[in-house]
Amino acid sequence: MNCIIVDDEAMARAVVAKLSENIPDLDVIDQFSNAMDAIKFLNQQTVDVIFLDIHMPGFSGFDFVQTLKDPPRVVLTTSDKDFAIEAYEYEAIVDYLVKPITPERFEKSILKVKGSMAKQPVIANKEEKSSSVGQELYINIDRRLIKLQFDEILLIEAKGDYIDVKTEKENYTVHSTLKKIKQKLPEDIFLQIHRSFIINFTKIIDIEDNSVLIGKNVIPISRSNRPELMRRLNLL
Amino acid sequence: MKETPNLKYIKELSGDDEAFEKQFINIIKTELPVEVETYENTVKENKLFETAEIVHKLKHKLNIFGLEDAYRLAVRYEEDLKRGETILEGDFKGILEGVQKFVNTL
Repeated sequence: MNCIIVDDEAMARAVVAKLSENIPDLDVIDQFSNAMDAIKFLNQQTVDVIFLDIHMPGFSGFDFVQTLKDPPRVVLTTSDKDFAIEAYEYEAIVDYLVKPITPERFEKSILKVKGSMAKQPVIANKEEKSSSVGQELYINIDRRLIKLQFDEILLIEAKGDYIDVKTEKENYTVHSTLKKIKQKLPEDIFLQIHRSFIINFTKIIDIEDNSVLIGKNVIPISRSNRPELMRRLNLL
Repeated sequence: MKETPNLKYIKELSGDDEAFEKQFINIIKTELPVEVETYENTVKENKLFETAEIVHKLKHKLNIFGLEDAYRLAVRYEEDLKRGETILEGDFKGILEGVQKFVNTL
């Protein structure tokens, strides 16, 4: 059984690594001080278990779990007892260790992981939905139906009872809602990253902190939509 | 009786592995001053949310040194900071000074 440790505290990583030494069939193959590096690693390699700190700067352990398409078993490590209920809402999370972790409690956790592995494979958080069928969308502007190719749309912004459909050349204001247009857009290209914005994923120029640059538009990323965005990125 | 920092947990974790014990203490000696400095800066700049974040990190170290009462105070302080209250700042400062003094003896 192999595992990685994700925790921004070196001391906390050292504790888990040391406790792992006492488990004969558990190998720590890598350690990460931030979530992004761990996600990059997991895009390249599969592991059996992640020992994951809940509380990391800018990215909670729960965000992390949601980001992974096929999460392995996750054992949360935390200084707080308050997240236990939330933790068990995630199928991938098999245990919840409160720091400082004792050898006895760690061994118990490993037994839980093994028990979970014997039962069934972890199911991904969400099933992938089907991708697009057509390549275009017709929008109604002053009784005229205008054809827009999906790949020319940069983003869609909600503005009350209207939406702005922004393309590379023009902006179109349409009487509709984000919810309605979302149903017409292919999910493999478009992604809602904020309650007021759907973006064309392929048009992203860069991502900085909590915003995305598309064309000349800086679009905020909401906390709840961030994990899905991160999951979709082909990180190097 | 006032609690004092101890190495009980570290000894339990290390077992007979003296090299690990030494290495672990070195990690703390490296990490603690950085965290304390970050804490002091966020306090100075009145950044309450960031202060709460670093208190969260520091409270784990209190636990490692067996400071259960101090840990409980840190939990309350962290919650207070998130609500914009700093009433426990002085108590927490005293705790940090005690821990730093202890770490310097290791």
